[in-house]
Amino acid sequence: MNAIVDTRTLDPKKLIKGATGDWEVIVGLEIHAQVTSQAKLFSGASAEYGGEPNSHVSLVDAAMPGMLPVINEECVAQAVRTGLGLKAQINLRSVFDRKNYFYPDLPQGYQISQFKSPIVGEGEVIVDLPESGGQITVGIERLHLEQDAGKSLHDQSPSLSFVDLNRSGVALMEIVSKPDMRSSEEARAYVTKLRTILRYLGTCDGNMDEGSLRADVNVSVRRPGEGFGTRCEIKNVNSIRFMGQAIEYEARRQIGVLEDGGSITQETRLYDPGKGETRSMRSKEEAHDYRYFPDPDLLPLEFTQDYVNELARHLPELPDNKKARFIKEYGLTPYDAGVLIAEREQADYFEAVAKGRDGKIAANWVINELFGRLNKEGNDVATSPVSADQLGAIVDLIGENVISGKLAKDLFEIIWTEGGDPRQVVEARGMKQVTDMGAIEKAIDAVIAANPDKVAQAQAKPTMIGWFVGMVMKETGGKANPQAVNDLLKTKLGI
Amino acid sequence: MTDLTHMTLADARDALKARTISSVELTKAHLAAMEVARPLGAYVLETPDQALAMAKASDEKIAKGDAGALEGIPLGIKDLYATKGVRTTACSNILANFVPKYESTVSSQLWRDGAVMLGKLSNDEFAMGSSNESSAFGPAVSPWTPPNWTADKAKSALAGDKKGLLVPGGSSGGSASAVAAGLCLGATATDTGGSIRQPAAFTGTAGIKPTYGRCSRWGIVAFASSLDQAGPIARTVRDTAIMLRSMAGHDPKDTTSVDRAVPDYEAAIGRSVKGMKIGIPKEYRVEGMSAEIDALWTKGADMLRAAGAEIVEISLPHTKYALPAYYIVAPAEASSNLARYDGVRYGVRVPGKDITDMYEKTRAAGFGPEVRRRIMIGTYVLSAGYYDAYYVRAQQIRTLIKQDFEKAYAAGVDAVLTPATPSPAFGIGEKSGADPVEMYLNDVFTVTVNMAGLPGLAVPAGLSAEGLPLGLQLIGRPFDEETLFSLGEVIEQAAGRTTLPTRWWA
Repeated sequence: MNAIVDTRTLDPKKLIKGATGDWEVIVGLEIHAQVTSQAKLFSGASAEYGGEPNSHVSLVDAAMPGMLPVINEECVAQAVRTGLGLKAQINLRSVFDRKNYFYPDLPQGYQISQFKSPIVGEGEVIVDLPESGGQITVGIERLHLEQDAGKSLHDQSPSLSFVDLNRSGVALMEIVSKPDMRSSEEARAYVTKLRTILRYLGTCDGNMDEGSLRADVNVSVRRPGEGFGTRCEIKNVNSIRFMGQAIEYEARRQIGVLEDGGSITQETRLYDPGKGETRSMRSKEEAHDYRYFPDPDLLPLEFTQDYVNELARHLPELPDNKKARFIKEYGLTPYDAGVLIAEREQADYFEAVAKGRDGKIAANWVINELFGRLNKEGNDVATSPVSADQLGAIVDLIGENVISGKLAKDLFEIIWTEGGDPRQVVEARGMKQVTDMGAIEKAIDAVIAANPDKVAQAQAKPTMIGWFVGMVMKETGGKANPQAVNDLLKTKLGI
Repeated sequence: MTDLTHMTLADARDALKARTISSVELTKAHLAAMEVARPLGAYVLETPDQALAMAKASDEKIAKGDAGALEGIPLGIKDLYATKGVRTTACSNILANFVPKYESTVSSQLWRDGAVMLGKLSNDEFAMGSSNESSAFGPAVSPWTPPNWTADKAKSALAGDKKGLLVPGGSSGGSASAVAAGLCLGATATDTGGSIRQPAAFTGTAGIKPTYGRCSRWGIVAFASSLDQAGPIARTVRDTAIMLRSMAGHDPKDTTSVDRAVPDYEAAIGRSVKGMKIGIPKEYRVEGMSAEIDALWTKGADMLRAAGAEIVEISLPHTKYALPAYYIVAPAEASSNLARYDGVRYGVRVPGKDITDMYEKTRAAGFGPEVRRRIMIGTYVLSAGYYDAYYVRAQQIRTLIKQDFEKAYAAGVDAVLTPATPSPAFGIGEKSGADPVEMYLNDVFTVTVNMAGLPGLAVPAGLSAEGLPLGLQLIGRPFDEETLFSLGEVIEQAAGRTTLPTRWWA
């Protein structure tokens, strides 16, 4: 373990007001991310989520006598990829240890984990803060591979507990951050960013509902300028929102205890989302002695730098690089670029729309029209009714002055509900913008002739031109080019 | 007619091939002998139907000229090996009715090569012991009678509390007893600290613990994973060589097994040992060692010298730390390996008022005293605050022991000769008293070999003044079992084949 270093400078805006003054909250996270793989970490059983209870269980997973673990190389590759994505040190030699404790959903009586020599060492994650603004760097202490446990079911019978071993032995990456976060917002943003990185890499699906991503949250508080306080660990938080709530609650609880003259006891706590509070699970004294020792069934895990280089060569573009490229190549604002890269599918969609077109207009349409509409309907890019090609065609029609921005929105609506080729739809439904100056002049003349009183008013007060533009647009069924109408009206009215 | 149960495995193989005997005949003779010898307690489960079916199939294969290397040879299997559809208990109550749905890699290789399974052999519970007295099925008895005992006295003791009869050694006591009593032509065994070599020495049989990684551990109930290794016990060095060829080999299901070609070990039998350098480690001349064992050791060295080998004194300076270090490493691994026997998924369960109570009652009822003792020792030495003082230091000693041997081999030594045990077989009840260390001292010459991961062969080298078998141990370079077989054959030939004990139990 490396010594704990305070990497942050005090930000007064992030302090929490107590009854007797300000407090700073310190947060460090241990994220358990399920490795995306076909099979489990040490057995050939399926690692797929769900399935009938105990249908994905091999003899090894059930810890039958004489069974031995064999490392799944794909899980090793995934851990290395993740380490590279976290800009972390990759350890060419690591060791699997046994963490010993008894529990019915832990068939071996020990979890195979990595204690002293993890596969990945120190790294970092750059985190944008959407709410308070700015950017922080969160240090990564380590990443190690370990087995998941099974699931105990206590609600199936009044007198018995049941055990489902489908998850038993599934590969997890435990990603341990340094205590570098100073608010619940920072913690939420860090997990969000970490999840984005994992999804880009394809090493974890990041699905918190299915438990593929779980957080153990370490929280402590201190007076500004003081050393780190005693921490409490909140176990197994399974949503980013709950994590934020748990941190807020726990920080205030600790502040309350300290301000009342008490002290914090190091302990493990649970967050109850229903009640919105954390409660004690076990104290440090009750903590298990896990009796870690190197697993004698497994040789140390060793690979070459060439192996790492080869994996690095095939790594996809990472979110930070993509964001920088979007800003540079497409002239996007950092904010828009940040929104677009949050999910790889979104970024890919945007790039398909933006290719060969105006990036800013493309971003505007993707973020405001498409994402807005998808959000409203609880849909995502993968199942969007409007394809990138279709949206690109709409952007093209605007750029070519074939349709106005307003009509484009109507067109988007038609494509969303009915589908079709935008260009053909415009043609078929006569949505083409009128750029024929003769037709526009005819319409203007008609409006002027019919409203001599308004003409006089407009000549006295030029802003009245808006009324005329509206009338001409109505006359042309909204298809006239608004700029052309405006220009010609000015001439005709002499304003 | 020759007694079919007193043949060597090699002779039986040749007779089967020549079709002067059939596997069914051979198997029936063994099944009959087993029935008579039940009071010896060598077998904890007999599988006659399976044996006869396998024998019949073997005879058909032999007739077709399609025989495997062990075609038709009846063998006994240590109860630590998982056998598909056949109860496998490790001689522990906690697995009293456990029937695996899988076959261990090593036993499946024996069946692949045509061997016939007679049944499951007794051992110390979870292979923890040196006398086979900790088996949940009760002690297995050596077919050798105690000095000056008449057959009648032995027979009546066998019908009673067995006190005073000789232990066959352990943990592979059932294997050694069965081979010596003519209840199989060879047996599988396992060795964590001497569990093949000490019983072989006690019963006048041959046994080899191969290099760590030579045989797959998959499907063998684990005691101490970094020390456990499968191997054979048989009547002659040649017979063990024949068996090991089938048992050895790489297994992708065991990461610690080594991917290395398996030589024709039998071809090493009779190979000249001329010019080989044999090390005699002075540190093995332990305090309290009997003059008889000392003399045997010298005699063994003389036999090898007579065959053209050069005898040199060597030093293995860390030898004295091996036993205490072993009794830290092995229990530490065992305490973790045996955590799976918790009453949740298989094996015995004793109900309790909650999960902890169920665990405690199950494990208290399921494990015998020696197993409980080692789980406690292992748990203790791995505990926070003691880990560095015990486990880490024991591992450091292990490295030093390994280096001792490496230095000797680097200096040109081809093999090391030592006694196999500090004494001949002792009586049942003699060392199972209050002080477990007395029993542990049996392993003093054998544990170094497991700690260093080297191959070790126990070869019968003669009888004590009182007429009990004595064995010598040959320790080799990693994966150089062949040299051990060549040297072992020299000793065995020079010492003269030990005659099997008479069937006083019948």
